[in-house]
Amino acid sequence: MDFSYSKTEELFLQMIRSFAENEVKPLAAEVDETERFPMETVKKMAKLGLMGIPVPRQYGGAGGSVQMYIMAVEELSRVCATTGVILSAHTSLCMAPILENGTEEQKMKYLPKLASGEWIGAFGLTEPNAGTDAAMQQTMAVDAGDKYILNGSKIFITNAAYADVFIVMAMTDKSKGTKGISAFIVEKGFKGFSIGKKELKMGIRGSATCELIFENCEVPKENLLGPLGKGFNIAMKTLDGGRIGIASQALGIAQGAMDETVKYTKERKQFGKAIAQFQNTQFQMADLKTKVEAARLLVRSAAWKKDKGLPYSADAAMAKLFAAETAMEVTTKAVQFHGGYGYTREYPVERMMRDAKITEIYEGTSEVQRMVIAGHLFK
Amino acid sequence: MDIKDYKNVYVFAEQRGGMIQSVAYELLGKARDLADALGEKVVAMLLGHNVKDQAQSLIEMGADEVLVADCPELKDYLTEQYSQVVYQMITAGCPSIVLYGATTIGRDLAPRIASRLKTGLTADCTKLEIGIVEETGEKQFRSTRPAFGGNLMATILCPNTRPQMSTVRPGVMQKRVREAGRKGTITMFAPKFDTSKFKVKVIETKMNCKCADDIADAKILVSGGRGVHDKEGFNKLQALADVLGGMVSSSRAMVDAGIMDHCFQVGQTGKTVRPNLYMACGISGAIQHLAGMEESDFIIAINKDKYAPIFSAADLGIVGDLHKIVPMLTERLKKDVEK
Amino acid sequence: MNIIVCIKQVPDTTEIKIDPVKNTLIREGVPSIMNPDDKGGLELALQMKDKYGANVTVITMGPPQADLILREAFAMGVDRAILLSDRKFAGADTLATSYALAGAIKTLDYDLIIAGRQAIDGDTAQVGPEMAEHLGLPQVSYVIDAERKENGNFIVKKENEDSVQTLEVEGKCVLTVLASAFEARYMTVAGIVDAYNKEVEVWGADKLDVDENKLGLKGSPTKVWQSFPKQLKAPGEVFEVSEEEAVEIIVKKLKEKHLI
Repeated sequence: MDFSYSKTEELFLQMIRSFAENEVKPLAAEVDETERFPMETVKKMAKLGLMGIPVPRQYGGAGGSVQMYIMAVEELSRVCATTGVILSAHTSLCMAPILENGTEEQKMKYLPKLASGEWIGAFGLTEPNAGTDAAMQQTMAVDAGDKYILNGSKIFITNAAYADVFIVMAMTDKSKGTKGISAFIVEKGFKGFSIGKKELKMGIRGSATCELIFENCEVPKENLLGPLGKGFNIAMKTLDGGRIGIASQALGIAQGAMDETVKYTKERKQFGKAIAQFQNTQFQMADLKTKVEAARLLVRSAAWKKDKGLPYSADAAMAKLFAAETAMEVTTKAVQFHGGYGYTREYPVERMMRDAKITEIYEGTSEVQRMVIAGHLFK
Repeated sequence: MDIKDYKNVYVFAEQRGGMIQSVAYELLGKARDLADALGEKVVAMLLGHNVKDQAQSLIEMGADEVLVADCPELKDYLTEQYSQVVYQMITAGCPSIVLYGATTIGRDLAPRIASRLKTGLTADCTKLEIGIVEETGEKQFRSTRPAFGGNLMATILCPNTRPQMSTVRPGVMQKRVREAGRKGTITMFAPKFDTSKFKVKVIETKMNCKCADDIADAKILVSGGRGVHDKEGFNKLQALADVLGGMVSSSRAMVDAGIMDHCFQVGQTGKTVRPNLYMACGISGAIQHLAGMEESDFIIAINKDKYAPIFSAADLGIVGDLHKIVPMLTERLKKDVEK
Repeated sequence: MNIIVCIKQVPDTTEIKIDPVKNTLIREGVPSIMNPDDKGGLELALQMKDKYGANVTVITMGPPQADLILREAFAMGVDRAILLSDRKFAGADTLATSYALAGAIKTLDYDLIIAGRQAIDGDTAQVGPEMAEHLGLPQVSYVIDAERKENGNFIVKKENEDSVQTLEVEGKCVLTVLASAFEARYMTVAGIVDAYNKEVEVWGADKLDVDENKLGLKGSPTKVWQSFPKQLKAPGEVFEVSEEEAVEIIVKKLKEKHLI
């Protein structure tokens, strides 16, 4: 068993760290403060091939591994969780389902533009009445000969305001329950499709989370993704992959908060010595560090299984559950170690704590992760 | 030829636009010490066009002899033209030591000559001395220079080849007091050019220096770093410098940010300064900056961050906001002057 | 056009610290990086490749671990990488290093050679010009811009202390480059994925056009006699007081030292 980074991964880490430090970190506070989508960063990522890391070369991607992709999400999230989730939603929730379920024509049509970053991707499953209970889909798709007509809405869609391509779930046969859900590839310009209100969020405030509105939206027949009625399976498998991405985002946030806290506690003096020298600080930080490393192993192991083509659904759920809860714990304690300063926007841990919370909620709440894990355990 | 037969200390007397550079005089000062310790002569090499009248100035600053090559080919510094002449002077005169300024010219020329002579060269020295070898009692030329970004000092020898060559950064060595009317020999040197090797020509030279005075000559420097923020901040420093009768200088950060001109930059990639007073305002004190100013007689640091490394180099440190303290200090000193 | 870029692996000197107790350099955990000026030179070469089309070869002398910066160069877009690695090169000063590099370059086809102005571990700025002399080529140092004319000449801008000069160089030459003028590109993801599938050519002394007696320690005229960490002076007094008090403290000191 080899836990070390491969030489290629080492090289990748060198690049992505320097990119995150020099290009992403300087914008993080401003992106959060102004709730602005960092389009210039996405353009820079596109130029380097970061928008298509695990996509094969024949579809215009970089031909990298899932492992490299999740390292990118971690390193970006370490300095800016908004940037991390933009990449995660684009890669895991839009390109991955096309790659895994698309026809050759669909792959050739969408992947090169997505992988090059010319287009940004998004994913629409959640509805006002279908959150954790995703089977309660109310968006309808009606067969109209050469096209489907979609009606309904989706909410909390990451990247929505800036995305060009959306993977959208809709009911094609309500009588069949989850087996009546189908997946569609919807383009920004399709007739009857519009972007609704932007959410004002606690954290990841630059990720342009919006509502999708379908009013007699016309989707060509050839944009059905996968077989009719297989949409729910596609959505669940997509979320399995997405969870590795969100787990990496959580890991990155936790690591970022660790970095800040180590730096701060070494500098900050109280009662005549650096607070890092107090045993209370040391013991708590030791526990947090251990959890962060454990989360990293879970995340890397899930990505490794996905790269190998092994089943990884439970692994992804465990990675996300543990990394998200670790991120919340580390950031909360990081703010505590910073004292009053930690509660101000002068220090990034304040933002990190707000950013961490969402990782326990989206792409399956921690409760859903426990359901998935238990499902595998007791099947 | 035996290496014992190489004698005298040569100095490349750098001139620009016909003006002998300060560093040439600084080198003559050090060369004088070395030559006296060895019982040898100091010889200056002056290359240029219409520069021979300035040879006497080099004698007054410590040279015993000046070799002058004065011809149109040498008007502007060009690597090959100058290399050919300096090489010919060295092979004709067989000096034991040759010194160059560690300027863009000296650092371009000296390695070229070292490679042509197949001899050793030590760059950017901060200390040059004649030591005595314990075992043999022989005199030995020792060049000390910083390495690893200034973290380590290394003393370098060039035991088996001659001449022994070193470059020295401007501002590091001390000039001698000018001795008007000092006697010495001025020798005209007629170079033999191999023009087939002249492959580079100057198309244009744009002077970009906005400073009339050189910070390296200032007795008092009020220096600003990242904490000064902007041009507005530097105006505050300028007001203080005016009251103190000094100049404003800058850290690399503010030059890179385009706020100050490069000629005001102190540090490893800027200038080395050793004023009587160096006031570091809002400068964190990276080792590269310290390398350029730590020889100053008295250093005052003002910085908000009490962990800034500048405080370890300062004689007096003030933890506080320069934007408040500097203007208050300026007003306070103005009042003193009025009294 | 064929461009050769000389690069060096160096410890990141900004990360080096002094052990305050033993007064020695702490080199442990200090990352090895591509020297910044060399990376600037590589960027210039890649910009020329983008502009005129060129084959870019990087060459470095160093231990087997220096392979890392050659992989990085591959991932940035170079076409060929050569590692000069041989015990015979060990202990080389700038003259012996430049001689070995020149000996390797003599066996290659090239139109332009680029190097960094200086390396951050030694800061000598000597290897480029010394190598140019070994090769009998003209040089321009402190380069901040370079273009190629159709006749094969180069128009080069160099930065001096007080001026920027534009020079024309006839034919092949050596340029030494300032990092500040060339913001190096990042490695691309595809470049990284491919970097370890490419071949780094490892050359020993026998592959070079050299006299082996002039290599390494034997070929080095300079010797390090002793080295020591820089002595830090005793820290002065640091005050954390009100602005009014601070001003008074400064004025008092300035008077004491007869600076006003």
